[in-house]
This record gives sequence, structure tokens and C-alpha cells, in this order.
Amino acid sequence: MGEKVLMKGNEAIAEAAIRAGCMHYFGYPITPQTEVAAYMSKRMPKVGGVFLQAESEIAAINMVIGVAATGKRVMTSSSSPGISLKGEGISYLAGCDLPAVVVNVQRGGPGLGGIQPSQADYWQTTRGGGHGDYHNIVLAPASVQEMASLTVRGFDLADKYRMVVMILADGTMGQMMEPVEIDNIEPLKVEKPWALTGTGMKRKPNIVNSLYLKPNELEKTNFDRYKKYTKIAETEALAEEYLMEDAEICVTAFGITSRVAKNAIKEARAQGIKVGMIRPITLWPFPKSTYMKHADQCKAFISVEMNMGQMIEDVQLAIECKKPVTLCNRTGGMIPKPEEILAKIKEVGGVK
Amino acid sequence: MKRITLFLGHYGSGKTNVAVNYALHLKESGFPVVIADLDIVNPYFRTKDSQKILDEKGIKLISSEYAASNVDFPAIPGEMYSVFDDKATYAVLDIGGDDRGAYALGRYRDQILEEDNYDAFLVINKYRPLTKTPELCVEIKEEIEAAAGIKLTGIVNNSNLGDSTTKQDVLDSYSYVKEVSEKTNLPIVFTTVKKGIKIDNTFTIELQPKTFGEVY
Repeated sequence: MGEKVLMKGNEAIAEAAIRAGCMHYFGYPITPQTEVAAYMSKRMPKVGGVFLQAESEIAAINMVIGVAATGKRVMTSSSSPGISLKGEGISYLAGCDLPAVVVNVQRGGPGLGGIQPSQADYWQTTRGGGHGDYHNIVLAPASVQEMASLTVRGFDLADKYRMVVMILADGTMGQMMEPVEIDNIEPLKVEKPWALTGTGMKRKPNIVNSLYLKPNELEKTNFDRYKKYTKIAETEALAEEYLMEDAEICVTAFGITSRVAKNAIKEARAQGIKVGMIRPITLWPFPKSTYMKHADQCKAFISVEMNMGQMIEDVQLAIECKKPVTLCNRTGGMIPKPEEILAKIKEVGGVK
Repeated sequence: MKRITLFLGHYGSGKTNVAVNYALHLKESGFPVVIADLDIVNPYFRTKDSQKILDEKGIKLISSEYAASNVDFPAIPGEMYSVFDDKATYAVLDIGGDDRGAYALGRYRDQILEEDNYDAFLVINKYRPLTKTPELCVEIKEEIEAAAGIKLTGIVNNSNLGDSTTKQDVLDSYSYVKEVSEKTNLPIVFTTVKKGIKIDNTFTIELQPKTFGEVY
């Protein structure tokens, strides 16, 4: 067993990134993700890496593009408004087929919103966030341990598919402290013959670019990219099933809300209600088959979210609208209480 | 015992929990107490989270109205100066994390040094990765002293792994904290244990209410 340390989720992301071989981090402070940058500023100089506080979020994401083009592992992090600023750069990374990890520790929105936790960037993140036809792989941790493990997985997936991987966390996940082990990490080694590493006068120059002079060539690139996305959707979707074997009601939630939901489900089970949970770990690709598997067995679904109801649409699509999906939500930085979720379970289940 | 007790240390070392419990302890021992929140680094996990118990026990809390709110607005209220005017009341000062947090103390350094009736304790936790070795603790101690312009006078061993802390985890921290003490020439003032763990000669602390509610 490895060494246990007590870490904030934000710190766990930073340490895991370093252990995964990320020697370049560019960021700009914003609550509630500032500890990612603060931790990097302390650790990077000690491990021979680069920590740079850019002049803005836009500058930071463009520095990420530069490092990613050389084939090195690179990360940036921010929170909701800052991620919006990075949107253009994320689209360019997608258009250039460059691997990078981008962390969003969400806060309440829209606009400047507030610093309390939120899940309101679900649409932005799972639909790409910037302009154009593209996807990001989106990972949603639900513990400090997963903040670390999914960051490592994020770097591996980014390299494997030459894509942006987004870690979609929230203020609670970033701020809460839990014991965590970050040991025995073996980063996936991926050859990058496309990287800009200098020709050494031995090969033709590589070109990293997202501009196409001919629309038919851009169309072909987009078609090819979507073939890759189809493959990822078939192979990389991940979900946790909790007490789903005999469940008649399926609660579904990601990240922090899944933990609150678990408390509500335990209480509902104690009261004899057959309820379980599907927790998507990849939000893109959305684990559709896990939902479909239970679509006939369950009489209703409840989507618990800290937003006005965003993932609920993916759930409805995943079960092809076979059963009703009810929303149980708080927003603006409020966290649902287990009692609120329990009440919704009872209401949907027709229990007095 | 000195009139003013400052709690400083690494980000997330448990300063606020220790400070609140220390203030409660002083009050229970019969001293008039004020507790002041000087954190300008972290908008979460603030002294204000314990407002209810502090009010109940008659401990005055000096805290920014922006603490534990929906905005990240580093601020210290003007009322802070009353700590140095009212010399009949014992003061517990909860300072923000790392050297960045300690800079806030620089504003009050002259008053503190002039009165010369203070203790400044370094709160450490063996299980925090950036203070896991005595060498790292020395580094942080020197950074904090440079930022605050005040010399530390003792060490509080707050080694814990959160909710899952065991008695053994605390006992395992003793050789570490002893080494920190030797390297810094600072005495170990006390070791904390969370309520429920029994070890002789330790200071039992009750944790603040959970900031984000039932998410565990």
C-alpha cells in the first residue's frame, strides 16, 4: 500500500499531473481552483518543470497550444468564467488534433456568478465549449482520489486520441480534503511522430495547423475526426452502478451530487424503496449503454444536478425516452440536501 | 500564557479548527476572549463557519462580512484594531495559509511587537504533502516569518488524515514533530486529536461544521 496524504481535490489534480509526466502548467488564478496553480508554483521548480502564471486565461491556453504542439504533456486549469475565455484555444487544440488536459473546477453562473460550487458547465463542456465540430473527452471525478486518478487517465486518453480531455470538477471537489494515495503511476507512453521537435535535417517538417484553404479538405478532416469520436464512444465510456441490480427507480448524478445522492439512496433503501444509481464517470462519451441496460427494468429516472437540468437531456436520449426522467436540482452555488433527494425519490416512487 | 495567540502555517494545516478550539478552551478556562479571522487567501473554511458556537459561548468574532460568502473578496474589518486597544481581552488570531496568508499580519506587526505579549504558533500536519518532511516545515516556517515580520514561538502538531484519522496516525507523527522542533528550535506546544481519539497529553478538538454539508 502506498503512502496516504491529506489533500484538497485541487492539489490532488496538480500532484497527479506531475506524476503523470506533465512538466508544463500555465494558469491564471480564479476561485475555486486557485490551489491547482498554487501547488504547481511550489512543486514545479522542485521537479524541473515549468509553472507559469500567464497574464490571462487566454494567454495560458495559447501557451498550452504551443507546448502540446511539441508533444509534451501540458495542463491548464480554471473555473467557469475562465473556461469560457479559454474556449477559443480549446477549439484550436481540437482543430490541430493536439492532446492537452484542461481542468474546470466549476462555480455558480452565468456571468461572474459566485464562488460556490456548481455543475452548470455541463453543456459547455460536453458539447465542446468553443466553436466548430468537435468533442472533448470529459471526466467527472467524485472524490479526491478520483481527482488524482482521472487526471492521470486524462493525460493517457489525451495522448492516445490526440484530444483535449477536460476534468469537470466543482468547487466542493476542488476544496474538500480527503486522504489520497498517488503512487505507482505509470503514464501511457505514446509515440508522437507528428510533434514539432525539430527536423534535425532528417525529415520533412511537421505542421500543426487548424486552417484549411479548401473546404473539401476541412470536411474530410472533420469526417475523419468523427470516425475517431465514434470509436471513443464505443470503447471509452465509463459509469459506476450503485445498487442497480433490483432497482425500480434509477437516480443519476455525476461528481459531488452523486455523493449526496448516495446518502439519500441508503436512507431510501432502509425504508424499503428499491432505488439505485448510475454515476457517469465519462460525461463525453456519455455511457448510454449503461442507461439503456436498465431502461426496461426501471419505472422512472431522477437526474440530480447542480444546474437547471442539463445532463437530463443526455439521460432522456440514452434511454430513448422510454421512461420519465425527473429533475431534482439546486443551482447558483447551492448543494442539494440528501432529504431533498429522498423526497423526490418518494414522490417519483409514489411512496407516502 | 501570552495575551495574543497567533496561529500560522501551511495552507490546509488546520489553523482555523485549532484556533476556534483554542479560543473555546480559553473561554472555558475563564478568560475573556476575542477571535479574529485574518485570512485573505481562502474564501472557504473560515472562522465564521463556527459563529454559532462562538456566539453561544460568548466569544466575540471579528471577521470580514465577505468571509464564507458568494464572493472572493479578501478583506479585514477595521474592527481588527480593537484587538490591540483592548488589552484586557485575550485574542486568538487565525491567519491565512502559507507566506501569502502571513502577509496580512504585517499590517499589525508593529502593534504586536510593541506590546510584546504574544505567541505565534506554527500549525503542522505530517500528512499534508507539502509539509510531510521536517525540511519542508523549516522552509515554510522561514517563508512565513519573512512575510509576517514576526518570529514564530512554538509548534502545534495537528497531524491528521481528516475523518479517517486513527490513534496510530497521531502517534506516528511524534518523531516527525520532534524533528521539526529540533530543526527550528521551537518548542512543541501541544498535539491535537479529534474528538473520539484518546491519547494522554493531547488537545482534543471538535471540527467545524462541514462547509459543504452532507457530501461525505
